[in-house]
Amino acid sequence: MVSLVTHEQGAPRGGGRDGRGGGDRRRRLRSRNIAVAAVLAAMVVLFYVVAIVKMSGG
Amino acid sequence: MSDSLYTATSRRDGAPGAAGDFVALLKPRVMSLVVFTGFVGMLIAPGTIHPVLAAVAVLCIAVGSGAAGAINMWYDRDIDAVMARTRHRPIPSGRIAAGEALGFGIFLSVASVAMMGLMVNWAAGSLLALAILFYVFVYTVWLKRRTPQNIVIGGAAGAFPPMIGWAAVTGSVSVESVALFALIFFWTPPHFWALSLYRCGDYHDAGVPMLPVVAGKAVTKRQMLFYTVLLMPVALAPTMLGMAGWIYGASSIVLGLGFVLAALAVLRSDADAPARRMFGYSLFYLAGHFALLLIDGSAGLSG
Repeated sequence: MVSLVTHEQGAPRGGGRDGRGGGDRRRRLRSRNIAVAAVLAAMVVLFYVVAIVKMSGG
Repeated sequence: MSDSLYTATSRRDGAPGAAGDFVALLKPRVMSLVVFTGFVGMLIAPGTIHPVLAAVAVLCIAVGSGAAGAINMWYDRDIDAVMARTRHRPIPSGRIAAGEALGFGIFLSVASVAMMGLMVNWAAGSLLALAILFYVFVYTVWLKRRTPQNIVIGGAAGAFPPMIGWAAVTGSVSVESVALFALIFFWTPPHFWALSLYRCGDYHDAGVPMLPVVAGKAVTKRQMLFYTVLLMPVALAPTMLGMAGWIYGASSIVLGLGFVLAALAVLRSDADAPARRMFGYSLFYLAGHFALLLIDGSAGLSG
């Protein structure tokens, strides 16, 4: 079974000020979530650009 | 996987499982949506396909999807035994031995890919193989137990069927088939996170790092809202690309606004009910889009 630091156990709400790693972990997780979401949003824009170029015969 | 758990999840009487248990290994409820989206991908693709080959392609998509599900159940038999939603599956309940399920899944995977490649075309066969390998190795083995982004990236596995159906007719991948792929890919996170919100305890007990477990429900709900908004332009792509008309486009906007409203209701509530409603609505949303593509698709069988 994998070990798991959950929101309830190790990642304090609004954390980052406890200095014990929970806040850091939470910040890293948040950064990754935002990064993945940003990449996917960029993919949607890229898809539309490619589709428009292709449809216009480029 | 510990030996004790393996023993507990293996049949001791040596008798084969009942046919119904083997069908359950194929995850028939998941398979129904997979088959439908694959079928629509095939029907709206430009070109023609012999009806017998069309039936073979749909059968291969169904069997390939089920085979990947069986291998997934073999690998996840330890966590399936912990979660209430999955503990009655054939392997954790002891009705089918783990090795039988693995052999069954591998045999059907190879058979479905070979049949698709030899009878339909190898573009579709390769995509089917890629979908199975992605589901087993990328999602099940690599991502599921390691990252809360498991279903965001792993969702690609479930997005392949319409692309496979399209390739069965055209023998290729195109912008249009990528649009169908993207529709399911971007739909998967809010769909699955809705489920994981009200099954959070199950995932926690099983040690699966779903987003609500590791980041909390509030973060998950904001992410769900983001993906439902992002899904709207993705879902409109078939109209923009000329694959579907205004009926599809207008309906997609209405369905998309409904999905966003469902996500807002989830965001504003601490209860499980809005998440359950959103999960149900997400199934209606996806099935609705593919049904609309059938109704309003411009390509047609005669292509």
